[in-house]
Amino acid sequence: MTRGLIALGVLIAMGLLKLPVERDLAALHRQEHFRGVEFNLALREKLGQLGFIAALSGFRAIVADALFIQAHAAWEDTQWGRMLWLFRQITTLQPRVLLFWDTAAWHMAWNASVAAMNNPDQPHQTLRVKAQREYFALGKDFLERGIKNNPDRPELYEALARLYKEKYKDHERAAEYYEKAATLPEAAPWDRRFSAYELSYCEGREREAYERLHSLYDEGGKERLPTLLKRLKFLEDKLGIPQQQRVSETGESER
Amino acid sequence: MTEGQTDSTLHLLNASTIPKRHRVFSFSRILAITSNTLTELTRLKVFYVLLVFGLLLIGSSIFMAQFSFQQEFQILKDVSLGAISMFTSLLAIVATARMLPRDIEDRTVYTILAKPVPRFEYVVGKIAGVLLLLAISTLVMVAAFLAVLYMREQAVLQVTATQMASAPPDQLADALRAVRAFAFNVDLVPGIIIIFIKACLLATLTLFVSTFATSSIFTVVIMVFVYFIGHLEATAREYWLHEHGSGLITRSFLAIVALLFPDLQAFNLVDDIVAGTAISMAVFARTALLGVFYTVIYTLLAVFVFYGKEL
Repeated sequence: MTRGLIALGVLIAMGLLKLPVERDLAALHRQEHFRGVEFNLALREKLGQLGFIAALSGFRAIVADALFIQAHAAWEDTQWGRMLWLFRQITTLQPRVLLFWDTAAWHMAWNASVAAMNNPDQPHQTLRVKAQREYFALGKDFLERGIKNNPDRPELYEALARLYKEKYKDHERAAEYYEKAATLPEAAPWDRRFSAYELSYCEGREREAYERLHSLYDEGGKERLPTLLKRLKFLEDKLGIPQQQRVSETGESER
Repeated sequence: MTEGQTDSTLHLLNASTIPKRHRVFSFSRILAITSNTLTELTRLKVFYVLLVFGLLLIGSSIFMAQFSFQQEFQILKDVSLGAISMFTSLLAIVATARMLPRDIEDRTVYTILAKPVPRFEYVVGKIAGVLLLLAISTLVMVAAFLAVLYMREQAVLQVTATQMASAPPDQLADALRAVRAFAFNVDLVPGIIIIFIKACLLATLTLFVSTFATSSIFTVVIMVFVYFIGHLEATAREYWLHEHGSGLITRSFLAIVALLFPDLQAFNLVDDIVAGTAISMAVFARTALLGVFYTVIYTLLAVFVFYGKEL
């Protein structure tokens, strides 16, 4: 009995000692993007009982994968509502897995939106367009939340730029997100180029786009790709650039 | 037998029976108990059931993953490392929980402690046997995981090379590099070490509980609760320290959880490592040190309580 009480006392003393250590370690983990999931009532409501228990027991990755496989099956059955529900749980469980955010956004903005637009059960064109726009917005929401959880990685900025370009035809926002991706470490070498391409479609920003494309052109042969030359030519014509200042058609240096 | 031969035999016999000076602490005694415990544990059916279950789970991840190669590798790594974590945690609890009660039931403990073996050495030898078993099991499962990952990586590389046979060499090299980057990540190694340390922590905590528990079932049940509460400890600690305006009873409960239980969430780094988060030396070293600290403290507490236990 006495030994038990002494052991309890030691445990409490040790608890007091370890508290600041554990707190500092938790802060360090969060700073380095570990412990992305905070356990609270909001999480419980989002995940449901099974997901919450899984997250609690340290097996959130496995549960997220199981839900991902279910989402894949739901996609094969074109159950878009179920997919949305599953992907919300998956991304809550594994907020650092870019693949899940990207796949969720792709399903919503590309697959579900096309299905909504071609929905034979909806005779009204306006309502089909409305449903399509709602799926675009859901895809955008996944990517924006993904970026919020992973601000240090370029892939989701690139995906959001693609979504703005292909679905919203908003080249200005697409250029902005490619530019943001380009500033991050591990960015793809084409992000800067794609940002300049998108800018070249924006009314009123042709001069800026021309300068950026030209500066890429000046970097040498590796950047002088057919699309870059095509966009430069387009801007040269639009801006009325004097003939002697124009770049070569083939991309060979004239200087 | 001549008279000379008899003298020499007697001399040898006397030399072997002359009591050597008893040492307070002996590594060889601990080693004997450790190797004996390891042998006993490897004979347990539950060990093989769990090991086969873990290996099957790792192997089955190949068939679960009929997706893109990124998705496939993600699932393979998640499932395999999850299986390793689940198996080592379960084994740590189950193997340790039945160790002391079984020795008492079989009366092995009396035979050992009747010899000049201090209780400290007995407990340390026993837990060292469990930790050795955990290390062996982790190594076996990691080897299986790496073999599966390597096989899948090679298959994907081959498919990619075939698909991109007509592409320029730099594009092919980029594609192959991307596949390799998604497959094995060197950061997985510290993640796996942390899984092992967590299992060691759970084993020593189970040992501590079993020193005052009345049966192995009781110990397992308590440890299941400890496992779940340990994963909530960080939340309880934050609520308690931030004084979220709750009542006295709630705050007392939170304080008990925060003080008495280990923060098991601290050891769940591998999920984020698989997701691509890089683990720094500082994070690894501090997490590992915390685990070692817990392991040592719980072992010492187990020894302390075991010294007072009436056998």
